Amino acid sequence: MEDNNKSYFGEIGSAVKTLAIGMKTTLTEYFTKKSTEQYPENRKTTLHVSARHRGRLVFSRDENQNYKCVGCTLCEKACPNDSIKILTEMVEDPETGKKKRKLVDYQYDLGDCMFCELCVNACNFDAIHFTNDFENSVFDRDKLVLHLDKEVYTGGSLPNLIDGGAPLEIGKFNTKTK
Amino acid sequence: MFDFSNVTIWFDALLRQTLGLGDFWSILIECILVGVLILAGYAILAICLIFMERKVCAYFQCRLGPMRVGPWGIFQVFADVLKMLIKEIFTVDKADKLLYFVAPFLVIIASVGTFSFLPWNNGAEVLNFNVGVFLLTAVSSIGVVGIFLAGWASNNKYSVVSAMRGAVQLISYEMSLGLCLITAVILTGTMQVSGIVEAQVGPWNWLIFKGHVPAIIAFLVFLVAGNAEANRGPFDLAEAESELTAGYHTEYSGMGFGFYYLAEYLNLFVVSGIATTVFLGGWAPVNIGIEGFDGIMNLIPGIVWFLGKTFAVVWLLMWVRWTFPRLRIDQILKLEWKYLMPLCLINLVLMTIIVAFGWHF
Repeated sequence: MEDNNKSYFGEIGSAVKTLAIGMKTTLTEYFTKKSTEQYPENRKTTLHVSARHRGRLVFSRDENQNYKCVGCTLCEKACPNDSIKILTEMVEDPETGKKKRKLVDYQYDLGDCMFCELCVNACNFDAIHFTNDFENSVFDRDKLVLHLDKEVYTGGSLPNLIDGGAPLEIGKFNTKTK
Repeated sequence: MFDFSNVTIWFDALLRQTLGLGDFWSILIECILVGVLILAGYAILAICLIFMERKVCAYFQCRLGPMRVGPWGIFQVFADVLKMLIKEIFTVDKADKLLYFVAPFLVIIASVGTFSFLPWNNGAEVLNFNVGVFLLTAVSSIGVVGIFLAGWASNNKYSVVSAMRGAVQLISYEMSLGLCLITAVILTGTMQVSGIVEAQVGPWNWLIFKGHVPAIIAFLVFLVAGNAEANRGPFDLAEAESELTAGYHTEYSGMGFGFYYLAEYLNLFVVSGIATTVFLGGWAPVNIGIEGFDGIMNLIPGIVWFLGKTFAVVWLLMWVRWTFPRLRIDQILKLEWKYLMPLCLINLVLMTIIVAFGWHF
């Protein structure tokens, strides 16, 4: 802050000047394009959701729909909310005779998740990642418990959403078409 | 220019001569009619102003404002009013019940009272006394009593603090408000509202042009003081949501709160209306001295000019409100007593000199 050592009239002058700066700032803001998104109306037209937005957790899968998870439970341990539960069993390989851990069930409770991404950071195999699919509301809490290894995630409820949807254009809002 | 008094004279003659009513009945009917019109105008303008405030505020904050109820949210305010009307009215246990119920009415009386002074058109002033401007400031002061009573009767410490702040602020700023009006009165030579407007008809005759420097200073100071009088903008520390919940109307529900809400917006309109009447020529159209242009401008009815100018001033005050942060109580009093009031007094002397030597246009 500046030192206030101005005279009576100097103070008036600087007050008028700073007030005018404030008025100018808000006036330019008045005429800028508005950043409001008209959500349910624009969901299939102008909706933009950044690809980095954390909507929900999904398994990363290769082209044959195989997941990389080995059931090491690092993500389960990293989760502060205990929203991940992993069930594994030890399976003997018939060729080598060695026992190997195998994933039986990967439970992810979306209702408990706080989207901190610690699980993704903890994973050594790049087996999980967050997707920006955010329309996750359901009528029953039980339906929020997702079994990531059973489902094959093919994209969100909206077209092109995973790539970010429509290009980000501030001031373009759609009030009519759904 | 259309003179609205033709209509009133015709209506008076209709009652007295055609229908043969006596003094009592004709005056009673006329008074009721005028009262209904004033209250209807009051309610309609309140709805317009609340909607405007929400939209203008949103635009200053880079939002769209209400968009859901009706196209562009135009029915939002009606929904709000309906909600307010059906809410239960209750009191706090230890509130002073009589004062608690009287207070909102005092505020609304002051607001409607000042509202009635506004000149809507040529010959369409409701209250038009020869001491108009003087009486207007007097009537507007009743509102302070309402605010103070509300805070006191609520029996809530925050409300009392708010009432104290409101009273000290309103009483202080009435000083410069009155001085600004007097500055204009010096120039027009009349206190009558219709007289002040009539003095401004004609090319470049609005007081803000006619009185040049002192009139512009008076206009700006009037806007600052008027904003403080309306308890708005950077001077809304009587409400001060962040410190005093909602200030003096914390304990009000339903229409008690609704009255304060109405009065706040209508006070904004009244302040803008007075500023328009006194400095921007009221219903007087823009005349620049070129006959063709002036003729076209004179065809536009006075009420359009009046409402247009008033809403422009309202927008100006909203701009100020959504720009500046709230002042502290000591800063508010310092601004009034150390800056605005001396400025007003000097301005008054300046205006007197200019009028005495005939240096105005």
